Amino acid sequence: MVGFFIVLLLCQLAGEVIVIASGAPLPGPVIGMALLFIGLLVKGSVPPTLGELSNGLLSHLSLLFVPAGVGVMLHAELLGNEILPIAVSLVISTLVTLVITAWIMQRLGARGGADQ
Amino acid sequence: MNGDLEEIWVYLSASPLLALTLTLVAYQLGLWLYKKAGSNPLFNPVLFAVCAIVLLLTITGTDYATYFEGAQFVHFLLGPATVALAIPLYQQLHQVRRSLLAILVAVSCGSITAAASAIAIGWVMGASSTTLLSLAPKSATTPVAMGISEQVGGLPSLTAVAVILTGIIGAMAGKGLLGLLGITDARATGIAMGVASHGIGTAQALQISSVAGAFSGLAMGLNALATAVIIPLLVRLWF
Repeated sequence: MVGFFIVLLLCQLAGEVIVIASGAPLPGPVIGMALLFIGLLVKGSVPPTLGELSNGLLSHLSLLFVPAGVGVMLHAELLGNEILPIAVSLVISTLVTLVITAWIMQRLGARGGADQ
Repeated sequence: MNGDLEEIWVYLSASPLLALTLTLVAYQLGLWLYKKAGSNPLFNPVLFAVCAIVLLLTITGTDYATYFEGAQFVHFLLGPATVALAIPLYQQLHQVRRSLLAILVAVSCGSITAAASAIAIGWVMGASSTTLLSLAPKSATTPVAMGISEQVGGLPSLTAVAVILTGIIGAMAGKGLLGLLGITDARATGIAMGVASHGIGTAQALQISSVAGAFSGLAMGLNALATAVIIPLLVRLWF
C-alpha cells in the first residue's frame, strides 16, 4: 500500500516539475494523472493494491474539497454588491454548459454504442 | 472550572487536531444526510460540510488560516487523488478510445459555452468587467482557473470562490437536469459534469458509476487545457 502511495506521489511530483519546467497551463496533479495513465498503458494492467488504494481515495473525493470550500468565507465580501449577477451567471452558465456538453457527447458518442 | 475549560480551548484551538476532526465530522454528517435523503444530489455533502464549518468558525471567531492548519492534511490528498483518477480512466480505456473524437468535440464546445455564457450572463446582469474576467474560467479546476484569471486581469481569489460554487452547483444539478432532458448515457453525463464542474462534479460522477467517473475525470483534465487556450482568445474578442 505504501509503495503504491509513493507511486501516486511520484507521479504528482513529476507533474509539478514538468509544469514548473515547461510553464504548461495545467496543474501538476493533472499531468501526474496523465503520467500514471501512460504507466498503466505500458504495464498493461492495474495492480490490485493500487486499485484498492485509488478506490479508497476516490470514493471520498468530495471530502477533499471541503477545506478549499471553507475558504469561500475568506472572500465572501468580494461577492459584495455584485452577488446577484455573480449568482445568476454561475447557476445558469453551469446548467447550460452541462446540457450542451452532454447533448453533444450523446449525439456524437451514440454511434460508438454505450456499455451501460 | 471556567478557567480550565478556557485553557483546554486555547490548547485545542492551536492544534491541528480540532480542525481536522471538525472537517471529517462535518463531512460525515453531510454524507449521512445525503444517504438519508436517498442519495439525492441536492443534499450535497460538500455544501453541508462547508456551511456547517463556516458557521462554527464564525461563531467561535476562528480565522481561516487557523482552521487550514488542521484541514491542510485533508486538502493535501487532493493531489494524489487527482493522480489516482488515471485508474478508472485506464479501466474504461476501450470506451474512451471508441468515443475519443466525440469527447474532444464535446469538451471543446463545453469549454467555450462555460466561459462565453458566464461572461454574457454576467454582462447582461450588469457585472463589472473585472468580475466578468474573474468568472470566465470558473469551470476549470482551481489552480488553472486562478492562473488564467490573473493572466487576463480578473481577481484570482474571486475566481476561487466562483470555481467552488460552480463545482457544487454542477454536482447538485447534473444528474437530475440531464435525466430530465432524457440524457442518461453515463459517458455523456460524466463528460458534462467534468467540463462544467471539474473535480467536485467528478466526485459526484464517481457516485453515479465508474464509467461516469472515468469520463468526468478525463473531461476535467482536458477542460483545464481547453480553458487555458480558449479564455485568452475569448477575452481578446469580447473586451
